[in-house]
Amino acid sequence: MKYKSQKVAYWFFALSMLLLVLQLTYGFIMGFARIGMDGLHEFIPFNTARAVHTNLLVVWLLSGFMGAAYYIIPEESQNELVSVKLAYTQLITLAIVGVAAIVGYHLNYWEGRKFLEIPRPLDFLVVVNVLTFLGLILLTLFKGKRKTTTALVLSMGLLFAALLYLPGMITFDSQVYDSFFRWWVVHLWVEGVWELIMGGILSFLLIKLTGVDREVIEKWLYVIVGLTFLSGILGTGHHYYYIGVNKIWLIVGGIFSSLEPLAFLGMALFAVNMYRKGEKKHPNTLALYWTLGSAIMSFVGAGLLGFAHTIPQTNIYTHGTLVTAMHGHLAFWGAYAMIVLAIISYSLPNLTGRKLFNSTSGRLAFWLSNIGILGMTVAFGVAGVVQVYLERKMKMDFMEVQNEIQIHFVVLIICATLFTIGILYYVADFIKHGTPTDEALETRNN
Amino acid sequence: MLSKKQARAFFLGGTLVTFLIFIGLTVYSLSKSQDQAHSENITEQVVRGKMLWESNNCMGCHTILGEGAYYAPELTKVVERRGEGYVKSVLMSPVPWAPHGRKMVAYGFSEDEAKDLIAFFKWIGNIDLNGFDRVVSPLAKEK
Repeated sequence: MKYKSQKVAYWFFALSMLLLVLQLTYGFIMGFARIGMDGLHEFIPFNTARAVHTNLLVVWLLSGFMGAAYYIIPEESQNELVSVKLAYTQLITLAIVGVAAIVGYHLNYWEGRKFLEIPRPLDFLVVVNVLTFLGLILLTLFKGKRKTTTALVLSMGLLFAALLYLPGMITFDSQVYDSFFRWWVVHLWVEGVWELIMGGILSFLLIKLTGVDREVIEKWLYVIVGLTFLSGILGTGHHYYYIGVNKIWLIVGGIFSSLEPLAFLGMALFAVNMYRKGEKKHPNTLALYWTLGSAIMSFVGAGLLGFAHTIPQTNIYTHGTLVTAMHGHLAFWGAYAMIVLAIISYSLPNLTGRKLFNSTSGRLAFWLSNIGILGMTVAFGVAGVVQVYLERKMKMDFMEVQNEIQIHFVVLIICATLFTIGILYYVADFIKHGTPTDEALETRNN
Repeated sequence: MLSKKQARAFFLGGTLVTFLIFIGLTVYSLSKSQDQAHSENITEQVVRGKMLWESNNCMGCHTILGEGAYYAPELTKVVERRGEGYVKSVLMSPVPWAPHGRKMVAYGFSEDEAKDLIAFFKWIGNIDLNGFDRVVSPLAKEK
């Protein structure tokens, strides 16, 4: 590392690791419940497990993004973080809010709105927390010696993500309006501003790992985030097809969300081409695996599988089925989980001074988790297609169909086990690196 | 060849234009003349039902308007499909309702609460869903 204050990033990454393992635990509770093994129903019913599973995902990714920003911004702006103490306070409060929300979910204390279950009083704490984080990042950036495109795109993504949280806090009497504005948060996060964050991290990693000229990488970064917004903003319409609003969204959402894979295709081509173009052979090949892997898997999961059910004529049958779960799992993994794991893999040896590149356990982590999640995606996909056919074509009862597709959840659990072994290898590698130390400080030549 | 400046202009320009169109379409589709949800029928009872729906995170298992967790049935046309009596029994059951072995939390709602939720479901059931209502509920009447 080049700046002492970058060490803060490590603790955000450590929180991410902890929450990721917890997220997987709740995923298993749901998987087993689906095959009839719901012994925990009384203490952790399915709706609790699901809220915890999805919210932990959001919090560990956000913690990872924040860690990435605390690592990247000082290096890009050539400036120490303006306040390390505040950054640690922000980390602790983020963990407290997260834990309070999760405990609340076990006590039937929530808002019951998909992905935004955090109860209102805690929402305000989230806002304060994120504002503190943004203040620290933006002040560091603007007090710094240089303002790079990579740092600006990353900061812009984080700023918009914070602003877009607000529409989700408006109360409506109508379920239709509620749903409409909930997607302003959820869709415009994951298919909009989070891609800016992903693009910023990807660009930073490609500059460091491939040695390709910053100007070239950052030019293409603009094109890709441009494509993201061009397709993603109006692509929000694919959530509005069948929730009780005007038919105009069938046309607008259909056209623009069909263009959404282009941004992901651009991201994949961009990463692979920069890698080919690069003359630098960085020793941290594991970080390169995760970086390129993220760009490619996000195209498959978010781009292709999203496209598979985004056309209104298809979506009328797949809306509200397990087909969505198929797309959701691979999209989140490829686009966001893998990019967080990529920045951790890159920064960890720099923070701790332990250059554990190319370990067998690191490679096992990469391959097992990726093979596992691909298997899970197939299991969800087959279950989803069968559900669509039996329930919506053959008009069978919901629960009869659920019993028919149980076997696919056995396959899901087997693949999820493989995936989890991969993740545990990753976490073990994380622990093996030890904690950050000042001895890992590099001499700066800027 | 595209310059960095042109790439930035593409990003900023494209974002601004699509965002403005998005806001315009939002205002249009939520205007009174385009209301497909019969918002005038949202009574205090419906609102109370919606609050119960949210405070118990029903969406964490069921789906409504096609949105939720796919673990329990879609409830968009549930009153039409099952009848008021059946829905009320499920809501007021003191023991976990478990058709085909899959358990629901035993909420044990009071009669008034059950009525509020049913009013909410009835309002939902009358929304024009651009054709999805016919697909999602096998027993819902053809429109």
